[in-house]
Amino acid sequence: MGDLTNPGSEELKSLPLADLHEAANARFGGFAGWSMPITYPLGVMKEHLHAREKAGLFDISHMQLFDVAGAGAAALLLRTCPLNADLMHIGQSKYTFFLNEQAGIIDDLIVTRLGKDRFMIVANAGNAAIDEAHLRNVAKDFDVSIDALDRVFLAIQGQQAADVLRKTGAPGTDLSFMHGFEPKPGWFMSRSGYTGEDGFEIGLPEADARELVASLLADDRVTFVGLAARDSLRLEAGLCLHGQDITPEIDPVDAGLTWAITKPVREQGGFIGAKALLAKIAAGPRQKRVGLKPDGRQPVRPGAVLVDINGNSVGVVTSGGFGPSVGFPVAMGYVGKAFAPIGSQLFADIRGNRIALHVHALPFIPHRYHKG
Amino acid sequence: MAVTYFTEDHEWLRVEDGIATVGITDHAQDQLGDLVFVQLPQVGQSLAKGDAVVVVESVKAASDVYAPVDGEVTEVNEAVVSDPALVNSSATADGWLWKMKLSDSNQLTGLLDEAGYKAIIG
Repeated sequence: MGDLTNPGSEELKSLPLADLHEAANARFGGFAGWSMPITYPLGVMKEHLHAREKAGLFDISHMQLFDVAGAGAAALLLRTCPLNADLMHIGQSKYTFFLNEQAGIIDDLIVTRLGKDRFMIVANAGNAAIDEAHLRNVAKDFDVSIDALDRVFLAIQGQQAADVLRKTGAPGTDLSFMHGFEPKPGWFMSRSGYTGEDGFEIGLPEADARELVASLLADDRVTFVGLAARDSLRLEAGLCLHGQDITPEIDPVDAGLTWAITKPVREQGGFIGAKALLAKIAAGPRQKRVGLKPDGRQPVRPGAVLVDINGNSVGVVTSGGFGPSVGFPVAMGYVGKAFAPIGSQLFADIRGNRIALHVHALPFIPHRYHKG
Repeated sequence: MAVTYFTEDHEWLRVEDGIATVGITDHAQDQLGDLVFVQLPQVGQSLAKGDAVVVVESVKAASDVYAPVDGEVTEVNEAVVSDPALVNSSATADGWLWKMKLSDSNQLTGLLDEAGYKAIIG
C-alpha cells in the first residue's frame, strides 16, 4: 500500500469545538483550509447509518454565515442570485447560487429571509473568501451592510433529529423544512441539511454550542458524525458538492438545478449571469448531471472518465463512493445528452480496467424532509 | 515454523515452507476505514516485487496493495471479496488476501520485523 498519511501540510484552521472532537477520538483531515473531524471511532459506515435512522451531530463551523442587512438587502440579493428575494416570506429559506457573468456557479447557498431588510446566507467553506469579496464588491452599489459571522455551526440530522433536539429544550423544532429564524440573540436556526433527512442547522455562540452539544450527546440516539459520512450521505441524497459536481465552469442548466430558478426570476432577469443563463436555458443543456450505479461492487471515484461501449469518451465522474444505506457503490457525474436517460449503459475507465455502470435516478435514497 | 514480516507499505506476510500469506496491517485497515471492495489476483499469476496486485476500496478512497516479494499466486481469500469488512475486523488473520510461492527467499531479508514496522508507524 502507499502512503497512508493525509496529504497537505498547509496551515489549517481549527474548529472552535476542536477539543470536543479530540475528546471523542476523531480522526482529523484537511478540508477547505480547516482541520475537520473526518471520522470517529464508530467509523464512516455506522456513522452514516446512524445519521439516517437516529440522529447525527455534525460540526460544520467551517461553513460561512453572512448576515446581510439594510434597506438594499433584498435588492442586493436580486442582483447576486437568481432568486426572488423581494418576494420571499420572512422565515423562508431558498437554495440558490452566486453566478458569474457566464452563469457558472461561483457557489451554491441557502438564503433565509429574517426580516424585511435582513437575510442570512449560508455559504461553503471552500468559497467563503471568494463569496465575501464578490458580495462586498457588488454591495458597493447598495445600501447594505455585510457581516461575516464568527459562530459555531452545528447540524443535527436524521429521523430522530427533531425529537432529540426537542428533548434538550432547544427552540425551533416546530419549523417546517426550508424555514429559518433567530430564536435567541446570536442564534440562527433553519430546518435544512445536507443528508436528505429531516434535520436542523444551528449557528450559535461558542458557549451556547458547548451546552447544546453536551445535552445532545447525553441522548444515546445522538452521535458525532464526521465529514466522510457527510459526503456519503449527501451523495446518496443526490446533493451537489461545490468544487466537484458544480463549479464556476458549470451552469445550473447542465447541473440540472434550474428548479431553483423560478419562472418570474427568469422573466425578470437583472441578476449577474442572467443573459448567459437565459441563453443556456433556451439552448438546453449540453450535458447532464446524472446518478451512476456501478454494476459490480467496485466504487468509481471523481475524475474517472466515462466511455461508451466503443470506448468513446462521453462524460466524467464528479463524485463517487459507497452508499452505506443503499448497500452499493454510488456516483454522480456528467454525460452527453444521449447517455442521460436512466438505464443507459456506460463504462468508467479505472486505471485501465473498465467498470460497467448504468445511469441511475437521483436521489439514490428518497428524501425524508419534514414538510410540515 | 512461520515467520511474519512487514513492509513499509503496510503489508504483512507470514512465511511457512516457502509459501507466504499476504495481507494488510491492522494499522492500514484502521487508516483506510470501512472497506467495501477488494479485488484479488488470479491463482497462478506471477508477481514481481512492487507490482500493484490488489485494489482495496474504502467508502472514501481506493488503495493498491503491492507484491512484497516475487512469486506465484497459489491461493486467494474469496471470503474478503464477499465480505470486505473481514479485512477491518481481522486484518492479520481471517482477512488475509492471497498466498504466494516465493521465487527468491533472499528477498525476505530486506523486509521488516514487527518491531521495525511498529517503529515506522510510531
